[in-house]
Amino acid sequence: MKITVLIPGVLRPAAQNQSTLELDLPEPTTLGAVLDELAGRYPLLDRRLRDERATLRRYVNFYVDGEECRRLDGPSTVLRPNAEIRILPSVAGG
Amino acid sequence: MHLLAIGTRKGLWLATSPDRRSWEVRGPLLPMTEVYAVAIDPRRPRLLAGTTSPHFGPTVMTSDDLGETWQEPDHAPIAFPEDTALERVWQLTPTDDPDVVYAGTQPSALFRSDDGGRTYALVRGLWDHPHRDDWGAGYGGQAIHTILPHPTDPDRLTVAMSTGGVYRTSDGGASWTASNKGVKAYFLPDPYPEFGQCVHKIARHPAAPDRMYLQNHHGVYRSSDGGATWDSIADGLPSDFGFPMVVHPHEPEVVYNFPLVADGERFPPNGQCAVYRSPDGGDTWTALRTGLPDGFWTAVMRDAMCTDTATPAGVYFGSRSGSVYASPDEGESWHRVVEHLPDVVCVRAAEV
Repeated sequence: MKITVLIPGVLRPAAQNQSTLELDLPEPTTLGAVLDELAGRYPLLDRRLRDERATLRRYVNFYVDGEECRRLDGPSTVLRPNAEIRILPSVAGG
Repeated sequence: MHLLAIGTRKGLWLATSPDRRSWEVRGPLLPMTEVYAVAIDPRRPRLLAGTTSPHFGPTVMTSDDLGETWQEPDHAPIAFPEDTALERVWQLTPTDDPDVVYAGTQPSALFRSDDGGRTYALVRGLWDHPHRDDWGAGYGGQAIHTILPHPTDPDRLTVAMSTGGVYRTSDGGASWTASNKGVKAYFLPDPYPEFGQCVHKIARHPAAPDRMYLQNHHGVYRSSDGGATWDSIADGLPSDFGFPMVVHPHEPEVVYNFPLVADGERFPPNGQCAVYRSPDGGDTWTALRTGLPDGFWTAVMRDAMCTDTATPAGVYFGSRSGSVYASPDEGESWHRVVEHLPDVVCVRAAEV
């Protein structure tokens, strides 16, 4: 099934300057599986998004079809076909 | 050219000078990252910076063109095994071997690089130490913040952590011994435990490796036996509290300190900015204030004071309030390099 991942401008250098990544993964799949797939292709992008335990960074948000994943099942959130994952830095920093 | 690297809570600044009196300041570099560790290896020259983005986490950046461009590996240069994540790099320490660089981290661990500081591997002997579960966290977090390679024996290394104290290895990091005898931990039921002290900084001169100096969370000490035992040298200081401890680059008995009143009053006495220097290994101390301000209601952090290697020695420090001061004459006189930066957390100086 096809998944679209939208990359914010600040992270595009870590994804070969792409704003949109199209993935084709076997069904069913989860947000975590998408991030694992991205990690294989773009390891620098992955460590901006997750630490070495594969825990989501606290101040990076992952909107799955418009809903932040922490309001769903986090990395275990099951994706529908043609799901859109929008990655956005949240409000942080002093 | 004299180079002064200034790490702050929101980026890195580089100050350069032909004479250590007039400075050109460039920055912010690596903006909006906390730069708690910076190192200059003048042999390449290479800059190393331990950075933490509030959004995107910690990493180690290197620059071989004096900060014009920065590089990092695709995979994390420092990564913990098992269920632990790197929070911050507190120290980057080049060694006599240009390829070997050590990193001290939060949580408390030591990492070693064999490629000039680009990628690192965990020093397992310290990570697996039976004391590790009992190392605590101070306000700044639980971290190894000081690494002292031995000047002639690469298998010998001394580290310090808050809290936990001083540990030494003589077998290349395979085994480690707590080394805090005589260092007080007033905040524990047993004030002289084997480990658990909140050591803020240790220092030594390569020409006298058995002579070490230690700024504790209350207490200023020296060792004459390579850290095996410690004796107080606080009597001549206005306070035994503070963070930095720096040794003169050419004279092993000359040491610099920046006293704060107390744990509960983290200001210099009377708000008077003053570096204290001892000419005799801490037996006596003299306040150095020429050119330094009054009304200095701020503090100097553990890595925010350093020397260069020139003659006469330059001494530098930065404040929580974003001011950096330099002395081109071993501390006799001071001038301000820059002000209004974010909180200065580390400085390092070298000729490049």
